[in-house]
Amino acid sequence: MSLLIKNGRIVDPIKGTDEILDLLVEYGKITEISKNIRKKSNSEILDASNLVVCPGFIDMHVHFREPGQEYKEDIQSGTSSAVAGGFTAVACMANTEPVNDSSSITEKILNKTREVGSCKVYPIGAVSVGLKGEKISELSDQHFAGAIAFSDDGYPIKDSFLMRSALEYSKMLGVTILDHAEDVSLSEGKVMHEGTVSTTLGLSANPDASEDICVYRDLRLAELTGGKLHILHVSSKGAVDLIRNAKKKDVKVTCEVTPHHFSLTDEKIRGFNSSFKMAPPLRDEKHRIALIEGLKDGTIDVIASDHAPHDQADLEVEFDRVPFGVVGLETAVSLALDRLVHEGVLTLSEMVSKFTLGPSNAIGIPCHGIEEGSVADLTILDLEKKYTVIPDNFKSRAKNTPFEGWELKGCPVATIVDGKIEMQNIK
Amino acid sequence: MITKNFAKKDLLSISDLSSEEIIFLLNQTDSFREVNERDIKKVPTLRGKTVVNLFFEASTRTRASFEIAGKRLSADVINLSSTSSSSRKGETLRDTARNIEAMATDVLVVRHPSSGAPEYLGRELSCAVINAGDGCHEHPTQALLDLYTIREHKKEFKDLNVSIVGDIAHSRVARSDIAGLLKLGANVTVCGPSTMIPAKAECLGARVTTNLDDAIRDADVLITLRIQLERGGGLAFPSAREYANTFGINEDRLANANSDLLIMHPGPINRGIEMSPNVADGPFSVILEQVEYGVACRMSILYLLSG
Repeated sequence: MSLLIKNGRIVDPIKGTDEILDLLVEYGKITEISKNIRKKSNSEILDASNLVVCPGFIDMHVHFREPGQEYKEDIQSGTSSAVAGGFTAVACMANTEPVNDSSSITEKILNKTREVGSCKVYPIGAVSVGLKGEKISELSDQHFAGAIAFSDDGYPIKDSFLMRSALEYSKMLGVTILDHAEDVSLSEGKVMHEGTVSTTLGLSANPDASEDICVYRDLRLAELTGGKLHILHVSSKGAVDLIRNAKKKDVKVTCEVTPHHFSLTDEKIRGFNSSFKMAPPLRDEKHRIALIEGLKDGTIDVIASDHAPHDQADLEVEFDRVPFGVVGLETAVSLALDRLVHEGVLTLSEMVSKFTLGPSNAIGIPCHGIEEGSVADLTILDLEKKYTVIPDNFKSRAKNTPFEGWELKGCPVATIVDGKIEMQNIK
Repeated sequence: MITKNFAKKDLLSISDLSSEEIIFLLNQTDSFREVNERDIKKVPTLRGKTVVNLFFEASTRTRASFEIAGKRLSADVINLSSTSSSSRKGETLRDTARNIEAMATDVLVVRHPSSGAPEYLGRELSCAVINAGDGCHEHPTQALLDLYTIREHKKEFKDLNVSIVGDIAHSRVARSDIAGLLKLGANVTVCGPSTMIPAKAECLGARVTTNLDDAIRDADVLITLRIQLERGGGLAFPSAREYANTFGINEDRLANANSDLLIMHPGPINRGIEMSPNVADGPFSVILEQVEYGVACRMSILYLLSG
């Protein structure tokens, strides 16, 4: 079975390529890269003229609700959503029911992916048993079952001794510890960013200092232990500044930002719309600008969606009770193209890096770039095509997006996983 | 037939209203006051209309006020209470409200512990929604009756000095009062302990002080808020005694106040904490008038929103 991708502009920050070339994909691997590859008799042709061909994009922060809350999303719908959004691989968080703190749940996720998944799924195991933050879970056992990294996401790792232990332990396995950085005593029960909007609306709010305090603690522990740290969904200026300084001191830290944090501010919460409740919260413009600066200067290595599907009925409640989080797999790449590349914040290659090299370096998801012999995981983009965000059209079971109705310039038009076209929308 | 000059479907907040709309509502209240002074306190204005008081938070006076207002207008008034703050998964807010609307409710009066709940319902339902207090956000009918009471005594709002004292951060009454007073041209000062002043308080538009004497000096009106020390896990203020000593309104603190100072309180009063009994019952106090005018005010709002 062969696939010939013709005339695409290959943009690969891993190999440093930016050239119009043909790609031949056979048996799941890239077998030839050159100009004007001659078509074989049984080749399928994909005309990539005026399109950009990249190494397969990775979203390293998603929540698939399987096991336990499949009514919100499961591995099948979640991976369909991922490929619709241009992703060939995702890393899924452990806050399922039951929590993924054991090899058996990791195995279940991997088995299900093999059965029904449209893209690759790398489970992130829980740092603590049951995500309770008290006892460290069997990291080694989980890792050998296939957990690629560890996080208590949903929750911060409150106890500094536990965080230290996790970082120390992880060094043995060569894995990353990812933290949802928040000081719970400041943020518990609060529903939005503390500022003029929260004061006007009378909603309970948590200050950016909550994130900064936890980020600083995590960075100091990473420095102390030499362990590998990744800060999830950075949202404050303070966090970006702290991480920038830590990197200068060669602390092993990477971090990510979500498209909703770099595109939106807390002004959106006026009107109490449940689509704008996230953790960490949308902050004000000063913070959003700092995130853009962080992306530009490389402090922020990764763009990850924090795809958090919720059922419609759970959202038909007062703002205080709305569950945190929004879906993002099907809008992330378009937002990056529209808001970052087309606005001149990042070059195309830099953007591609935030979805490929960035996550690969952060947690070790394999991403070898486009070269002869490498696995054919590819994302094809149309930089000019308009994408209008219509939640009813999402492949995700969930429709909770803050971007309903947005018209974005640029979108993924094909997703190829192991040489198989899982999504194709080239028109 | 009084012309209806109020174009909105719902009354959700004072911030949404223009100064003209506020004045219109205050003027409308004049006509309904007279009904409350008659022997037979009844007019057929809202006969055949269904008004549902949907209170998700306990309230005696606001609910009684709305109930009396509705009944004096001859409406059919139903009182429903619901505890929504349990974390157990039950009927969604939307479903609760839509069920009530399905019974051909004309006006839904909602009090809810979460900011924004009435606004959400206003969007979802086609019947009129009146916010009777949502979380820490707004309490528009309280503000309207406060403004009416002030107008009765002071006539003009322009350059009037109004001080609001108490837990500003958690007060929906404060937010609505500030919005209304500023729109009508008054000078507003808010006063309370630093732990009860919200973040970026200047954005509300009032002068901020933590000094009670500063707030009382030159004030023409003093609105005292009820203190709820249980809020915020007791971290906002150490004790009722300390609050009473530093921010309690008593005769000593009023020694240098203007002789025609108006003392107001949305109720219920914690006698001896935010206000001493002598002040609550004293010559400056118009607290019971607020309650009286509150009924007339709510009558005018029910009338204007019932379509």
